[in-house]
Amino acid sequence: MSQHLLVLPILVPLIGALALLLTGKVGHAAQRRMGVALTALLVVISAGLLARAGSGELTFYALGNWQAPFGIVLMLDRLSALMLTLTAVLALGCVLFACAGDDARGSNFHGLFQLQLMGLNGAFLTGDLFNLFVFFEILLLASYALLMHGGGKARVGAGLHYVILNLAGSALFLVALGVLYGATGTLNMADMARRLATMSGDETALVTAGALLLIVVFSLKAALLPLYFWLPRTYSAALAPVAALFAIMTKVGLYAILRVQSLIFADSPVAEPVAAWLWWSGLATIALAGIGVLAARDLRPLIAYLVLVSVGTLLAATALATPQANTALLYYLLHTTLICGALYLIAELIGQQRGKAGTRLVRARRLHQRFLLGGFFLVAAVAVSGLPPLAGALGKLLLLQAAEGAARLWLWPLLLLAGLSALIAMSRAGSVFFWASYKGEVAAGRVSRAQLAGVIWLLASAPLLVGFGGPVSDYTRATAEQLADPGAKIAQLFGDESLPHMARFQSLEETRR
Amino acid sequence: MELLFSLVVGVLTASGIYLLLRGRTFPVIVGLTLLSYAVNLFLFSTGGLNTDAAAVIGESLTPTDPLPQALVLTAIVIGFAMTAFVVILAIRARSELGSDHVDGQQGEAGDGR
Repeated sequence: MSQHLLVLPILVPLIGALALLLTGKVGHAAQRRMGVALTALLVVISAGLLARAGSGELTFYALGNWQAPFGIVLMLDRLSALMLTLTAVLALGCVLFACAGDDARGSNFHGLFQLQLMGLNGAFLTGDLFNLFVFFEILLLASYALLMHGGGKARVGAGLHYVILNLAGSALFLVALGVLYGATGTLNMADMARRLATMSGDETALVTAGALLLIVVFSLKAALLPLYFWLPRTYSAALAPVAALFAIMTKVGLYAILRVQSLIFADSPVAEPVAAWLWWSGLATIALAGIGVLAARDLRPLIAYLVLVSVGTLLAATALATPQANTALLYYLLHTTLICGALYLIAELIGQQRGKAGTRLVRARRLHQRFLLGGFFLVAAVAVSGLPPLAGALGKLLLLQAAEGAARLWLWPLLLLAGLSALIAMSRAGSVFFWASYKGEVAAGRVSRAQLAGVIWLLASAPLLVGFGGPVSDYTRATAEQLADPGAKIAQLFGDESLPHMARFQSLEETRR
Repeated sequence: MELLFSLVVGVLTASGIYLLLRGRTFPVIVGLTLLSYAVNLFLFSTGGLNTDAAAVIGESLTPTDPLPQALVLTAIVIGFAMTAFVVILAIRARSELGSDHVDGQQGEAGDGR
């Protein structure tokens, strides 16, 4: 039984989603209970997998018992277990928050939510590039519907852009897969790495082209500089719990980049040009998103730009490709995902007590529960701008330490300035929301118990990640070391057996001659 | 055959991208469809272009690679579902936004195409 644990993060949401969709008419209370129970179960399963991967054990699961490289394998290492747990924890906060009433604004919220989780979990677990494409499509399709949940002009308009852009991205993904398959003859990630190692100079030119195309697609999902313009509008239009869940969506792109860079292209000449692109676009993303944070006139786009700052930071750190940098970036990733999710939920709470003004940065009526919301906002603002004593400061410190030599000259000023602009923007937003107000309050919009639970669940990560900073950073350090040793995965999956049908094209061409 | 094949893929891709950059939702959707045709053809060719080669071992002396055909099938199914979704979305956007322009409004007179 325990070997099947690995496939549960995909099966549980899938079966749950089907059950939820089929029982769509039974009423909100039952659907909510089921949605929360399923997500909580996912937290438990991911924690189990985290404990298993934490011992350093690599687990493979051959779907349908078709052996790699012919069948599709799921792969559990420390990185995928970490991402699974992060997703489940974030999702539990979002689904709790949604139970306060956001899920009733359209149909089938909980079913779609579970499908989205299935796509995310699958993308984190799979060890096959084409399977990664399929799970990307599942999570995108669910996200299209979730984004439109609640309807309205802004959502449909933003949704149209998001859908068309991602469809074009999917076409590019397939082209990249085709090029890589044509050049290497396999789609299994570990097998591809094994074959790249035996390739000579001019054969890798095609692989480099395919790899760069692949990185373009992942950068679109991760929202890297020339490809991020869709993000602020999309995330600002979505309902709060959906936007909070989308905080992990950019990280899927980052995970995919980290995975292919560390496993497939690690020892090949392909890694160099990719890292160069990631480094400069990551830095440019930090710079422009830092300006965007200052320019935003509404709290939701402001948070979207904060998400972009974190994306730029993480991708620039990926380009450094040292174990220290990976340790730091994984720690920062945990913190930034949960805090950005929490910020979206807090923005919703603030907006619902300000009447018509919503989350716009203008004077409005006084907030009804200003001490509670002010407290939440303060914690989140301190965490997101990277001030001590919360986890943001620790993550940034680790990142700054990881940069060496010339990289320091670029990363240090940009990272610190982006932190400063986040601080300025958040203080301005906080002063407008909590101090610059008229007399009189909007009666509606008290924070419900479910909303409170969701926000506290996510916000608690900021002090907890500091309190347990030692064990967490030990785990991310071990993860980074595991990533730096792709050979172990290849060896465990294939043993020492030689390549079965290498040089497929050479033999074809010889027969033609 | 290689030349014809690559020309077809190239022309389909170029037309798809051109239509994708238009301002109205209908040409954009047609562009996406053309692009997915081009991609499917391209995927099909990644196993090498052969004639008289079935994807079944034993049917012919030089069997062709069956995997690209499986990939194309998956890509077709997913592409079909996505196209259906985006068509419905475009109709919805037309009724909600009052225009079939991708930005939801006409813009300056004359540049709405």
